[in-house]
Amino acid sequence: MKLFLKVWKQEGPEDEGHFESHVLDGVSEDSSFLEMLDQLNEQLLGEGKEPIAFDHDCREGICGTCSLNINGYAHGLENSTTTCQLHMRKFEDGDSITVEPFRAKAFPVVKDLVVNRSAFDKIIQAGGFITVRTGSAPDGNAMPVPKENADLAMDAAQCIGCGACVASCKNASAMLFTSAKAGHLNMLPQGQAEKDSRVLNMVAAMDEAGFGNCRNYGECSAACPKDISLDYIAKLNRDYAKAKIKKVFS
Amino acid sequence: MILDSKIPEGPLADKWENHRFSSKLVNPANKRKFKIIVVGSGLAGGSAAATLGELGYNVDCFCYQDTPRRAHSIAAQGGINGAKNYQNDGDSIHRLFYDTIKGGDFRSRESNVHRLAQNSVNIIDQCVAQGVPFAREYGGLLANRSFGGAQVSRTFYARGQTGQQLLLGAYSALSRQIATGQVKMHVRQEMLDLIVVDGHAKGIITRNLATGEMKVWTADAVLLCTGGYGNVYYLSTNAIGCNVTANFRAYRRGAGFANPCFTQIHPTCIPVAGDHQSKLTLMSESLRNDGRVWVPKNAEDAGKAPSEIPEDARDYYLERKYPSFGNLAPRDISSRSAKEACDEGRGVGPGGRGVYLDFEDSINRLGENVISERYGNLFEMYERITGENAYQRPMRIYPAIHYTMGGLWVDYNLMSTIPGCFVLGEANFSDHGANRLGASALMQGLSDGYFVLPYTIGNYLTTISPGGIDPEGAAARETLESVKERVGQMVSAKGKRSSRSYHKELGNIMWEYAGMARSEKGLNKAIGEIQDLRDDFNKNLLVTGHGEELNMELERSGRVRDFLDFGELLCRDALTRNESCGGHFREEYQTADGEATRNDEDFSHAAVWEYKGDGETPTRHKEDLEFENVKLAVRSYK
Ligand SMILES: Cc1cc2nc3c(=O)[nH]c(=O)nc-3n(C[C@H](O)[C@H](O)[C@H](O)COP(=O)(O)OP(=O)(O)OC[C@H]3O[C@@H](n4cnc5c(N)ncnc54)[C@H](O)[C@@H]3O)c2cc1C
Ligand code: SF4
Ligand code: FES
Repeated sequence: MKLFLKVWKQEGPEDEGHFESHVLDGVSEDSSFLEMLDQLNEQLLGEGKEPIAFDHDCREGICGTCSLNINGYAHGLENSTTTCQLHMRKFEDGDSITVEPFRAKAFPVVKDLVVNRSAFDKIIQAGGFITVRTGSAPDGNAMPVPKENADLAMDAAQCIGCGACVASCKNASAMLFTSAKAGHLNMLPQGQAEKDSRVLNMVAAMDEAGFGNCRNYGECSAACPKDISLDYIAKLNRDYAKAKIKKVFS
Repeated sequence: MILDSKIPEGPLADKWENHRFSSKLVNPANKRKFKIIVVGSGLAGGSAAATLGELGYNVDCFCYQDTPRRAHSIAAQGGINGAKNYQNDGDSIHRLFYDTIKGGDFRSRESNVHRLAQNSVNIIDQCVAQGVPFAREYGGLLANRSFGGAQVSRTFYARGQTGQQLLLGAYSALSRQIATGQVKMHVRQEMLDLIVVDGHAKGIITRNLATGEMKVWTADAVLLCTGGYGNVYYLSTNAIGCNVTANFRAYRRGAGFANPCFTQIHPTCIPVAGDHQSKLTLMSESLRNDGRVWVPKNAEDAGKAPSEIPEDARDYYLERKYPSFGNLAPRDISSRSAKEACDEGRGVGPGGRGVYLDFEDSINRLGENVISERYGNLFEMYERITGENAYQRPMRIYPAIHYTMGGLWVDYNLMSTIPGCFVLGEANFSDHGANRLGASALMQGLSDGYFVLPYTIGNYLTTISPGGIDPEGAAARETLESVKERVGQMVSAKGKRSSRSYHKELGNIMWEYAGMARSEKGLNKAIGEIQDLRDDFNKNLLVTGHGEELNMELERSGRVRDFLDFGELLCRDALTRNESCGGHFREEYQTADGEATRNDEDFSHAAVWEYKGDGETPTRHKEDLEFENVKLAVRSYK
């Protein structure tokens, strides 16, 4: 395949950044999107130019490191797929492809296509855990969990923390991510004791990190490579309202 | 180099208990005075950092990713073993111990493996309490499945994302400690050297991958939880960033490297599709519970569509050769059998390097919905990568490098030959011998981090006084300068070849001569080729940009440079182990029907390599393995 690429180039956080155009020939349709970028980088090196920086690690859709806005879509247009799992057979020979970093105020660009998503870690640190000291756990089967709840918790827990939800939201809201994590823990019996403080603290941390408000546009869930459902946002809103009321009356 | 394993006295089942009782305790007021560096935030590092933080130590934790939650442990799919015997199918701590020792082809330490089996039970409890959403039965209790090399059902799992869920559990515990300030997390930092003062580990040098800043960090002890070195083969199931640098730098500073040639090849990966390939993807071994492995009986059929090959023209070779374990035969055996079939020209798919993993029978027996519930995400992943639908057409699989049993040598306390430098998880050599059983690495990482090291580190800390060294002192400065020089040389490399091209070439050499089958001739050839490649690397490497910025070419060059040295060490180890055992198959040592021949007389030991300087041949030491509780047997899965 022959591709016409327009790729974002930005020296560092302070640089304004701009697009650069490249033509890449001889791309195999069995290669992944990132393998295509590897090929472009080898070509650039061959010309003595600096390669394009992008984040990636597992290349199997689970670590959440890869990002990229491809033709305007976070992780590209294919549903339920991270950039590293997007394969070139989904494109046509001769296609023009625009590649940009995830854009959001809370995700500043580090270089080229690499952004800083540590704001997500702040949200987890605020309450995305169950307080259990190592060694203090009861037997694993002491507390049965209805299969249905366990499955719902797992559906939420699948979130890979990639940030595509934020990047695809007009307001750059982190509600889908936050609601997935809170939902996972709040759905399990083990997570009940800290449920109220968890939602209050996580939402506060989310606001503090500079993410925008959720207006139920739903773009987040559509872009999410793990199909996290909007139901979790509704659930977080309910849990938040309850916790807030309890706090007022306590 | 002295290799004192410090195995506790007493009967096997009491050793850990005795050791915990006799281990020195650090009193709570003193814990606050000690500073501990944890390199790595995977299952081993994440669990250790969180637990040490809870105990009141001051912890600095490092990872090269942008957040601790992305460590490579996240990619583990299949599950984690625990000797809970919830299924009442005859499992016990002793059975898990025995399976692991046997699975490791009798090349691991009995005492360590038994401790691992004991801790496995607590790990499951701990993870459930953290909210890890393990699969459940309809009654609400935990579900299990069986895994290669075992005849009981003791594997706990969270769909096909067990590693992800366990890591997120450890990450949540770690996050709680970060919030309290007890653990300081340093992301996008790569450890490039170990600071050793008077023979003791006292800190590390890191490069900030976002800014290029190089820095000294001091501490009273350093934990290396930096994962495995499978990427020395270029193509592996490991994440792209997995490297040997941290371990190799510790080796160069005096840590013994044990059994580097013990590498594991996983039988069920998606075959190589072409030259663009940057990594290989694993299809969880749990698939072998419901999939049947076959190739055509006749080479002439290899090019046909699978549906055109009738039942009686198919060779279900694992079921044929190993009737009692069948498709669940251990990884090394399954991998070699696949290679044999393809060597005979019976392989399928591009290049003839593939075998079928067929779900038709299971789908007919259980229904597509059950198979999809069990493995849905794996089938989707397979389709994304290959464009084929495995519900309708058998998957194509082929072995790939997956895990490394070798690693830095550690004693029973998990301390390397450098006092104060501890090694946890895949980075050490301790528990899996010459071959690891499925679902045992997650168990080992968490056992080391949650339940072993937090006790055993006291035995070291109580022998030193807290306070570390002066970060401006001579030792720290010299180490920093040597790293700066090394990185500086690479930054100024303005040759013609990219680090990736060297890595690829190294990978080809390793896979060809030190992969599934090894021979004296091949290994000698490999060593020569690696040395030539390294010379060329030193002359012709091309790195663009500069050092004071995010520079991924520079990062990769550093890793490849260490892989080039390390690959040679791996081959040397394979060359001197004149036997076949576990994942190490030497063509010279096999029976007439192609089964591995172990040599217990001469090789019932861990080989531990001591660095002697650049260009010098390292010294091979031995830790003899004593088997008091199991009888060394020919590993048979027939
Ligand atoms: C695809 C796949 C599937 C698997 N499935 C299973 C399974 O089902 N069951 C099972 O038991 N095992 C499985 N394994 C094996 C298991 O996942 C690993 O052995 C285990 O997770 C390793 O954990 P770890 O904590 O030792 O290392 P890792 O998780 O690899 O963590 C290494 C850490 O070290 C850091 N690091 C590395 N080098 C440096 C450096 N130089 N400087 C700073 N930081 C550094 C990294 O940032 C990372 O945080 C699987 C492995 C793979 C590849
Ligand atoms: S909710 Fe989806 S899009 Fe958002 S971080 Fe999680 S996996 Fe990524
Ligand atoms: S690189 Fe890990 S999810 Fe894409």
